[in-house]
Amino acid sequence: MAEKLIEVKHLKKIFNEGKPNEVRAIDDVSFDIYRGETLGLVGESGCGKSTTGRTIIRLYNATSGQVLYEGKDVHKVKKHKELKELNQKMQMIFQDPYASLNPRMKVSDIIAEGIDIHGLAKSKKERMDRVYHLLETVGLNKEHANRYPHEFSGGQRQRIGIARALAVKPEFIIADEPISALDVSIQAQVVNLLKKLQKENGLTYLFIAHDLSMVKYISDRIGVMYFGKLVELAPSDDLYKNPLHPYTKSLLSAIPLPDPDYERHRKRIRYNPSVHQYSDSDKLAMREVAPGHFVYCSEKEFEQYKKAYKN
Amino acid sequence: MEKIIEINNLHINFYTQSGIVKAVRGVNFFVNQGETLALVGESGSGKSVTAQAIMKLLPTPPSKIEQGQIILDGEDIVPKTDRQMEKIRGNTVSMIFQDPMTSLNPTMRIGRQISELIIKNEKVSKREAKVKAIELLKMVGIPKAEERYVQYPHQFSGGMRQRVMIAIALAAKPKLLIADEPTTALDVTIQAQILELMKELKEKLNTSIIFITHDLGVVANMADRVAVMYAGQIVEVGTVDEIFYDPRHPYTWGLLASMPSLDSSAEEELHAIPGSPPDLTHPPKGDAFARRSKYAMEIDFEEEPPLYQVSETHFVKSWLLHPDAPKVIPPKMILDRKRDFPGNFPEPVLVKEDR
Repeated sequence: MAEKLIEVKHLKKIFNEGKPNEVRAIDDVSFDIYRGETLGLVGESGCGKSTTGRTIIRLYNATSGQVLYEGKDVHKVKKHKELKELNQKMQMIFQDPYASLNPRMKVSDIIAEGIDIHGLAKSKKERMDRVYHLLETVGLNKEHANRYPHEFSGGQRQRIGIARALAVKPEFIIADEPISALDVSIQAQVVNLLKKLQKENGLTYLFIAHDLSMVKYISDRIGVMYFGKLVELAPSDDLYKNPLHPYTKSLLSAIPLPDPDYERHRKRIRYNPSVHQYSDSDKLAMREVAPGHFVYCSEKEFEQYKKAYKN
Repeated sequence: MEKIIEINNLHINFYTQSGIVKAVRGVNFFVNQGETLALVGESGSGKSVTAQAIMKLLPTPPSKIEQGQIILDGEDIVPKTDRQMEKIRGNTVSMIFQDPMTSLNPTMRIGRQISELIIKNEKVSKREAKVKAIELLKMVGIPKAEERYVQYPHQFSGGMRQRVMIAIALAAKPKLLIADEPTTALDVTIQAQILELMKELKEKLNTSIIFITHDLGVVANMADRVAVMYAGQIVEVGTVDEIFYDPRHPYTWGLLASMPSLDSSAEEELHAIPGSPPDLTHPPKGDAFARRSKYAMEIDFEEEPPLYQVSETHFVKSWLLHPDAPKVIPPKMILDRKRDFPGNFPEPVLVKEDR
């Protein structure tokens, strides 16, 4: 088994705790991310997938539970120096390429901000050389360094966002819907770029999205979230061939595919949480139905799922 | 079959500070009664501008319909005034927008937004309009319609708001419904519900639909015919099967091949279309797609391609269909899905343009 880079243990994030408008955005979620893999996280808006990403990188403080990065609890780090180290290892790419770049900063300064903070360049020349190199890595060129974000198209801005994330030589990147705001033809460019960078630099990705065909294409494993819970976690192919949790089935059956014949025969499966008929005595947990394939279920369902699983 | 709308040689320019943007450059298409035509293409390809031109919602200035006809239900609406259009909008044609939050009035109860339209169009009393509005809300699948009638838009979820938009759009039983990315802002499961609803209503009311989207999955689900737009022109049009199983234009190939299918393996690289769409202040000479296409020939940079007809229903604007053009091999993903169409002509036929 590959080395665990990140362990998320019983993570909870509750907004407005104890108030009438309490939101249990993440409700006891546990999973691991292995070094060098891409873990996809899917689910409807409001299911907690973005909150999970943001809590891992400490944009939000966890209500309870742990996020371990190479064994170190991210939320317990107090020393400025250690925090800086962590921030260098973990980076984020955001969904909206229009809102996530400061419009008053030059592209070179946007990209080099992390380099400056972490003191990764010894001289001005080295700093600019790194910026030029990063621009080329993401498919832009030197001349773009002195321009401002508004001079770029959506796809190009997303490339700048990627260059900024790469600037501090991170090990782990959280990509929160990085392609949702882009046109189809540009989406493929960005996805190909992310895959290429992963291969070259051995990066680990947490890829958050709702476009399931793209998630399946880029991810090694996929986690499905529903109302703050992780309901199923499995290798990508396995999840598509053998979806076990009724919510996963319903989600898969709802995606329209670019194939008119398939669309004429597609039957949508509806998910109704009451099908589980959980009683208070049921112990609900993530259980391993097949190697690497986890489902959130009761003991009884666990036996059913094991029978239903096709090899 | 009766054509509900026919657009002939439509040209639309925008007069901006940085120059004249030629957003729509000679678009021709029609939609039959009860048919769904999908308009696909990237942002900036002119699909939304075309749709708004049909509603005559484009502000003039900066926009101007330079030439062409929009024949809606037998009448050319291009010369019509705003006052005349008021009668046509809603009655003959109506529109659903992408973002239901910004297209509903946040300070008005849902019920009034619907009944107002019914009163205006059908000249009925307030009470009758309310009954009809509640019927409409039920028809689009909003539970507890009577209670919902007095609520404000912020009390509705995104999917429910889009249902309200559809109810408003259908209030006057239009012959043509234009849906501009109606599900792009919604989650997959909600999207599936809205698409099912639209199909059901189309069957029931025999409405024609122009469906604008860039999601090819949605196109495969909804469309009878598909028109692919690029840089203000329609580059390929055909039945949904012809476009998905026998596409001929390199841009259509690129669009189809840039989406992974659920069984495409992670080893294959996605076929990305390099570069970005051209700036329409200075539309490129020749074939607008040539600069991004590896299939481009010399003539593509010199002269605009004519229209070729592949079958009764399938038209392609590309030099690749010229009898002297070299035979090119489309991307693997396109070959894998290719089917034979018995209705195809033995050779593509040049369409004589008489304008």
